Amino acid sequence: MRPLSLLALAMLLAGCGDQADTPVAHADFQKDLQARLIKAKPGSVIEIPAGTWHLDRGLSLKVSGVTIKGAGMDKTILSFKGQKAGAEGLLVDASDFTIEDLALEDSKGDALKVVGGKNIVIRNVRTEWTNGPATENGAYGIYPVQTENTLIEGAVAIGASDAGIYVGQSRNVVVRNSRAERNVAGIEIENTIGADVYDNLATGNTGGILVFNMPNLQQPGHGTRIHRNKVEGNNHDNFGHKGTPVASVPAGSGVVINSNDDVEIFDNDIGNHRTANVIVSSYFSTGYSDLSTSADFDPYPERIAIHGNRFGPGGDSPDHIELKALRIAKFGLNGRLPDILWDGYVNPAKLVDGKLPAAMGICVDNGAATLVNVDGPNNFKNISTDMSAHRCTLPPLPEVVLASAGEQKGS
Amino acid sequence: MRGALCLMLLLLAGCDRPVEPLYLPDGEAYPETLSGWGMLQRADGHLQPAATAQAYDLNTPLYSDYAHKLRTLWLPPGESARYAEKDFDFPVGTVLTKTFYYPKDAQGRLLKNTRDDRDPARGLDLERVRLVETRVLLRQRQGWVALPYVWDEAQQEATLEWAGASAALTLHDERGDSLAVDYQVPDANQCAGCHEERHGEGLKPLGPKARHLNRDLAYADGVENQLQHWQRLGLLQGLPAPEGLPRNALAGAPRAGESLEQQARSYLDINCAHCHNPKGPARTSGLYLDPATALGIPYGLCKQPVAAGKGSGDRLVDIHPGQPDASVLVYRVQSTDPSVMMPELGRSTAHREGLELLTRWIASLPGGC
Repeated sequence: MRPLSLLALAMLLAGCGDQADTPVAHADFQKDLQARLIKAKPGSVIEIPAGTWHLDRGLSLKVSGVTIKGAGMDKTILSFKGQKAGAEGLLVDASDFTIEDLALEDSKGDALKVVGGKNIVIRNVRTEWTNGPATENGAYGIYPVQTENTLIEGAVAIGASDAGIYVGQSRNVVVRNSRAERNVAGIEIENTIGADVYDNLATGNTGGILVFNMPNLQQPGHGTRIHRNKVEGNNHDNFGHKGTPVASVPAGSGVVINSNDDVEIFDNDIGNHRTANVIVSSYFSTGYSDLSTSADFDPYPERIAIHGNRFGPGGDSPDHIELKALRIAKFGLNGRLPDILWDGYVNPAKLVDGKLPAAMGICVDNGAATLVNVDGPNNFKNISTDMSAHRCTLPPLPEVVLASAGEQKGS
Repeated sequence: MRGALCLMLLLLAGCDRPVEPLYLPDGEAYPETLSGWGMLQRADGHLQPAATAQAYDLNTPLYSDYAHKLRTLWLPPGESARYAEKDFDFPVGTVLTKTFYYPKDAQGRLLKNTRDDRDPARGLDLERVRLVETRVLLRQRQGWVALPYVWDEAQQEATLEWAGASAALTLHDERGDSLAVDYQVPDANQCAGCHEERHGEGLKPLGPKARHLNRDLAYADGVENQLQHWQRLGLLQGLPAPEGLPRNALAGAPRAGESLEQQARSYLDINCAHCHNPKGPARTSGLYLDPATALGIPYGLCKQPVAAGKGSGDRLVDIHPGQPDASVLVYRVQSTDPSVMMPELGRSTAHREGLELLTRWIASLPGGC
């Protein structure tokens, strides 16, 4: 009965004739949809028909076991332009949740936020700020946080002022076959344990794929694999808000590791990044003082494996004045920074005879690609491209295996 | 004629029968109208609690676009709540209501003020108030349920609105200034967004806690401490001696001995701590503003914001001791942008007085970042 009434409503609205330019909130559609989300039961499938639906309040779902399904990411469009209330487009606080085949556009804040659930599937969902990249856009497109067994596939994320696809404080995550374009961070994995990021395209962002640990959170992250992605031409000016961690990412960054451990980057195409194709850095390079972190925070990136990637040209015009000066001084007026840039921070407590053990460091097995240590701890005084400490091998990270429900749907 | 007289007498008797609140321990037969709950009654041109319901108030209330609130509590006959310092254990069947209203002047304009205009004996003068919404919290066997009811223009009845509502209002203050309020009634999920203080533990009342309730209230028969009043009526068991009771400060109007820090922390408690606590909806931010969290990084001092996006306001830390203008907290409390403002729900205007209090407190903090 509901789909019929919704269809009737759609026909009625079509008959009314929408104004072309001014969004008019579809108040009855919005009320009906939110009421259906509130009254959903486990097993409910909430279908949203094709059409561009204008909403002025955020939507939310708190019932587990629900599927939200549209007619396609360019057919069913929830537009939040002019949103008056709610910090997100859609906020989900539930488990066993699937959302597919629709778009969320122009939300005031995050487009889709899923907090604290298990067995999350986000498939063929597009989030976009349609005026293009802008600081006033919402921070995140697709944002699962403190979730477990999470699959994001076939997603498109455009124009977020922080991260297009942002996985926070989660466990057991797969992000695949997705596209992130013209965000500050295309795809960001933060404080997450066990993430597999593969077969994605990240292009036109400030930084393509980021793996971060933030301090003062309940869970540090480790164990992210980045493979078979195309990370290309991420040179957008950084339009993130100052004070946010992504605001420190230099324009022209391909893959960025910050303070995270056990990251394996392999079999990717990474090219055309004016600062560096890969950056490995510490929290100390984000501009914060020790006063900002609790004592148990580990800011040092450790056990980073970089192998078998195909690097395109990069490093010709780095962002941030220190890096520009460094490039000219060390590599000449027409020189390029190496493919891999490391800020040089290591944990002094783990040094043996003044050196970090190979098993703790950055291991590079990538043909002619080299790494530059910019010696951040000593204000860039002893810049080095000595690869001897990086000719090492780390054991491969295990593949992320999702719980059976998610995997079956994904197959 | 005699038959007609009898009929008239019967009708009058029906009209005067006192209302009795609805007992609904389970099921979903929630009344479509607020009157179906029987928690509030009209008498002598006033809106007042039902005879067996109790009005109550809080030390520092949550800011809601300057709306005034009439709060009521009802327990099934013979039942009582059990005291605990953090959360009282209310019996199944308990009903709480909170009616949001604005006082109005003789011309019918809505007023922005903080005067207490509730008559302890008679309730709210319906000629002098504009009722906006009443939120019902019901304790059932499966847990608490939150239901939003919206008052009609004629002020005769409030109707259940699962998906919430909004109203364009204009408030006038004593200096002749006006404030436009795009008042938002939350939907049932948004109610749960704040009332689920700990993930996985379901909804809970936020206001009826010892530290918020521990204050004097004017009753029809005189002023009395609220908790002692409830205990005397048999509504509350296990109340400790008065010295052992926690008490939040009256923010902005302190009682003797209530420091600026106590006021600020009481304000952040009632406005923020239901989400910003280690198990609350905002646990993902790592910012915990509950009374159990000591001043330090988890309370936001020198703490980098997480996932704040534009909510950072280009500021580097949540609370910068000595520098309110460098503190994300101040930026978000003063914002009315839905993607920036804190609290996220429950207001569409900035609370100037609360902002002033937080600014003074942060300015008074020693040290730097």
